Amino acid sequence: MKSNDLILQTSTRVVFFIIFLFSIHIFFAGHYTPGGGFVGGLLMASAIVLLLLAYDFKTVKEVLPFNYLGMTAIGMLIALTTAAGSLVFNVPFFTHWYDYFDFPLLGKTSIHTAMFFDIGVYLVVVGITLTIIEMIGGDS
Amino acid sequence: MKLINLVVLPIIVPLFIGTVLLLFRKSLLAQRALGLFGAAATLVVSLFLLAKVAEDGIQVVTLGSWAAPYGISLVSDMLSILLVATASLLTLLVLWYSVYSLGEKRELSFFYPATLFMLTGINGAFTTGDIFNLFVFFEVFLMASYVLIALGGERIQLRESMKYIIVNVVAAALFVITIGYLYSITGTLNMADLAVKLGDIGSMGVISTVAIMFLVVFGIKAGIFPLYFWLPGSYYAPPLPVLALFGALLTKVGIYSITRVYTLIFTTDVAFTHDMLMMLAIATILFGSIGALAYMDVKKIIIYNIVIAVGVILFGVAAFNEVAVTGSVLYLIHDMLVKALLFLMIGVLIFITGKTNLREMGGLIRHYPVLGWTYLVAVFALAGIPPLSGFAGKILILQGGLEGGFVWQSIVVALSTMVVLLSAIRIFIYAFWGAEKSFNSPPKAKYVNRMIPVVILFVITMGYGVFIEFLMPLFQATGTQLMDSSLYIDAVLGGEK
Amino acid sequence: MESIIIVLVGILTSVAIYLLLSKNLIRIILGTAILSHAVHLLILTMGGLKSGTVPLLGENAERYIDALPQALILTAIVISFAVTAFILVLAYRVYQEYGTDRMDELRGSNDEQ
Repeated sequence: MKSNDLILQTSTRVVFFIIFLFSIHIFFAGHYTPGGGFVGGLLMASAIVLLLLAYDFKTVKEVLPFNYLGMTAIGMLIALTTAAGSLVFNVPFFTHWYDYFDFPLLGKTSIHTAMFFDIGVYLVVVGITLTIIEMIGGDS
Repeated sequence: MKLINLVVLPIIVPLFIGTVLLLFRKSLLAQRALGLFGAAATLVVSLFLLAKVAEDGIQVVTLGSWAAPYGISLVSDMLSILLVATASLLTLLVLWYSVYSLGEKRELSFFYPATLFMLTGINGAFTTGDIFNLFVFFEVFLMASYVLIALGGERIQLRESMKYIIVNVVAAALFVITIGYLYSITGTLNMADLAVKLGDIGSMGVISTVAIMFLVVFGIKAGIFPLYFWLPGSYYAPPLPVLALFGALLTKVGIYSITRVYTLIFTTDVAFTHDMLMMLAIATILFGSIGALAYMDVKKIIIYNIVIAVGVILFGVAAFNEVAVTGSVLYLIHDMLVKALLFLMIGVLIFITGKTNLREMGGLIRHYPVLGWTYLVAVFALAGIPPLSGFAGKILILQGGLEGGFVWQSIVVALSTMVVLLSAIRIFIYAFWGAEKSFNSPPKAKYVNRMIPVVILFVITMGYGVFIEFLMPLFQATGTQLMDSSLYIDAVLGGEK
Repeated sequence: MESIIIVLVGILTSVAIYLLLSKNLIRIILGTAILSHAVHLLILTMGGLKSGTVPLLGENAERYIDALPQALILTAIVISFAVTAFILVLAYRVYQEYGTDRMDELRGSNDEQ
């Protein structure tokens, strides 16, 4: 099924990147304000769903050749490994840690273990949403 | 060095390995090897934890270092760690059995990861000390069980899994509603803190209502009367290894949850709540007995035996004294072991005959003596004939019941033994004795392969009965911890100061 | 304010139960979705509704509301999202296999296999 909606396709090309960047913004904003991996991941997933609406499965699969289930697994492993860091330091599970660093370009900023956990969450949310969408819509 | 996080390991080890398995979904070898390894590793860490709990008392870890009533506590007391260890052991043996019996197509459709995720959820539910976290772990193992019940996607499975899911979704909604009510009354979700707060409030109508709502929520999972209506149909559908896992583990999570909330949290209005539980337990035994006697289908007979056992265990909990509760825990572990064993044996039986209806079987004892005689002994253990594994638990439950003054109820429980024996022995009489009827006579090697895990589980179950005397200190400690809730409360709330 | 929301929860629940009792598979799934919304609203109300405030920000906040119900709801939403997605996939498979989405037409004896 080849969709041929010119207006939708053209605007999607622009809007997709806006949503994508916004999802990254939301992800990092979750550091101290509302946002985070879950919302960011959902936004990213909805951007890809928009692509699916405008084009079709084959095209999107060519543009974004990810194995979404693998992405879910990797995300989960990142999150779990971050949390399991507490095993090494022998503090209660999920205990977080942060410090401030000086980075070139970014300046002084804080690095938080919760961020790595959230990267995992982000990947899991994108992966699982698209796995579901693929399963429901994949063979029509 | 003091290992703080030992409590977490039985939960995250299967989760971690299950996730890794998602990455190797095409390789049968990796699935089997890692699946078995995951279950074995979980068993090892839970045995470590068991030794530690037996030695040092209740183990607590507060996730993320948020102090007790605010953060989520994971609490491993004797009851929870005994169940965690048994669940891990059974998962390992059932996985071993499924390597030979499930068939490649099903093995590759996420069987091993789903089983490990289910183990994660079950171990988590047994361990958590936070009532909302209990809900989350319930959902984790339910999600995995949805995958397992639909595994392979046969017609009957699809239909039954649809019912199973809808029942469980409604139950989950009810669970959250109940938690909402409880939160609005007490303002806390930590079970130890709840016990303290509700103890201060004392007896109040709304608290008893919430207690009964919890009974409904967990009763749907456990399969108590009249909420077991979904159980025989749904458990009938999936392939046998999955049925063995469900029968041995899933209903037991419901029983565990009832035991936990009715010994720790809702102890202020025993006359109402525990009497209700008592009546339902007796009704469960009666209706389970009717079902077990009514069917000629081997799977259905054993499935209804699950329902009877649920009633017996909850009778002990409802009697609410130390002897009866200790007996319940003993019987709970026994029931997990022996139900898994029976389901696996039934699996071998169905594999040999290719049928599930008893009337079409007969005369197998000459060809399969090992299966026949071990099955007979397992049935004796199920019924609780001394010195086999069901005996010690049942005698303590009855003793506790009589001490509590529940005379006619105790008689019902004792009589249910006869029904259990009769219903399960019918399988032996029809399938192994009598005139020989046609069967598949599959290759000997396949039969032997399947029998190895079955025989191992058989030996463990028998050992659990014969050497129960050596394990009794563990169970007495369990009974003491359950009846003296201050031990649990101090471990969770006191340890943080 | 709480009482109005509780009435709303009641209405949503009755809608959900009406849908759950119908025979159409999609209606049942919609029923479970609405039921979960009703439940989330209930938790939110149970935590107490106070208008015009945000969850605790900083140690010296004058007014704040209990953030725990919100955390619970977020968790519950994620779970019901996953479960709903799973039921939809399963319902689709059921439709493919049986060629119908009516529950009463799925009936049949267990011995049919």
